[in-house]
Amino acid sequence: MEFVFFLIFAVIAVASALVVVIAKSPIHSALALMVCLVQVAALFILLGSPFLAAIQIFVYVGAVMVLFLFVIMMIDVREAARVRFLQGGIFPTLVVLVLLGAEMIILLLDSERFPVSATGGAGDLRGLSTTLFTDYLFPFEVASVILLVALVGAIVLARSEDD
Amino acid sequence: MVPLSMYLALGAALFIIGAAGVLLRRNVLIVLMSLELMLNSVNINLVAFSSYLGDFRGQIIAIFVIAITAAEVAIALGILVALMRNKATLDVDEVTIMKG
Repeated sequence: MEFVFFLIFAVIAVASALVVVIAKSPIHSALALMVCLVQVAALFILLGSPFLAAIQIFVYVGAVMVLFLFVIMMIDVREAARVRFLQGGIFPTLVVLVLLGAEMIILLLDSERFPVSATGGAGDLRGLSTTLFTDYLFPFEVASVILLVALVGAIVLARSEDD
Repeated sequence: MVPLSMYLALGAALFIIGAAGVLLRRNVLIVLMSLELMLNSVNINLVAFSSYLGDFRGQIIAIFVIAITAAEVAIALGILVALMRNKATLDVDEVTIMKG
């Protein structure tokens, strides 16, 4: 049963990811990306970490995608949608991508050292927060400072020169 | 029970699709969205290893990745708005002011 759910989520995630890359209009890409991120959140629940699934929905679907849609609405995207892909030199890029993908898939399928079954010990929210706020307290504070800098930087970058 | 390699293969597939978007598309917005896709595929790997090894640290790093991504998107879209104000184009080929 779990495998069926995994297949459903994985197929929808890959299909919507392809739509993100192929779609003509940035609006369609943004909506497909939203679908893909929701599927990833569902996979997090399947992996026994509901807290990360909630964060994924809040931050990505709630904040990041709304920011994207907001910028798309501010910018006239109609004339930019005429030519989708870069001109010339696509073939070497495709070769690199195929090689990279083949390498990853071969390494994954040939590796014998992955654990076979879930231990199920990582879904405990109490343990997660204890580890986060004791061992990883300094990175946590640094992340908050980075968010503050990003906030100030975005305001400085986005406001016009004359005010 | 889903084998771990299935999750990792899904992460690899999403990463390749995102990399194709970053390298092939002309529109800056879609390049940024493909970047989000790549970061998400890495998050899938982190959470899968965290779950299968019974270790919290994968999830904690995934939380940091999500936080830094939010900061990155805010800055990137701010730069995009400033770019649109100075040079009305979304085409990555047209942005050559730094001779890149």
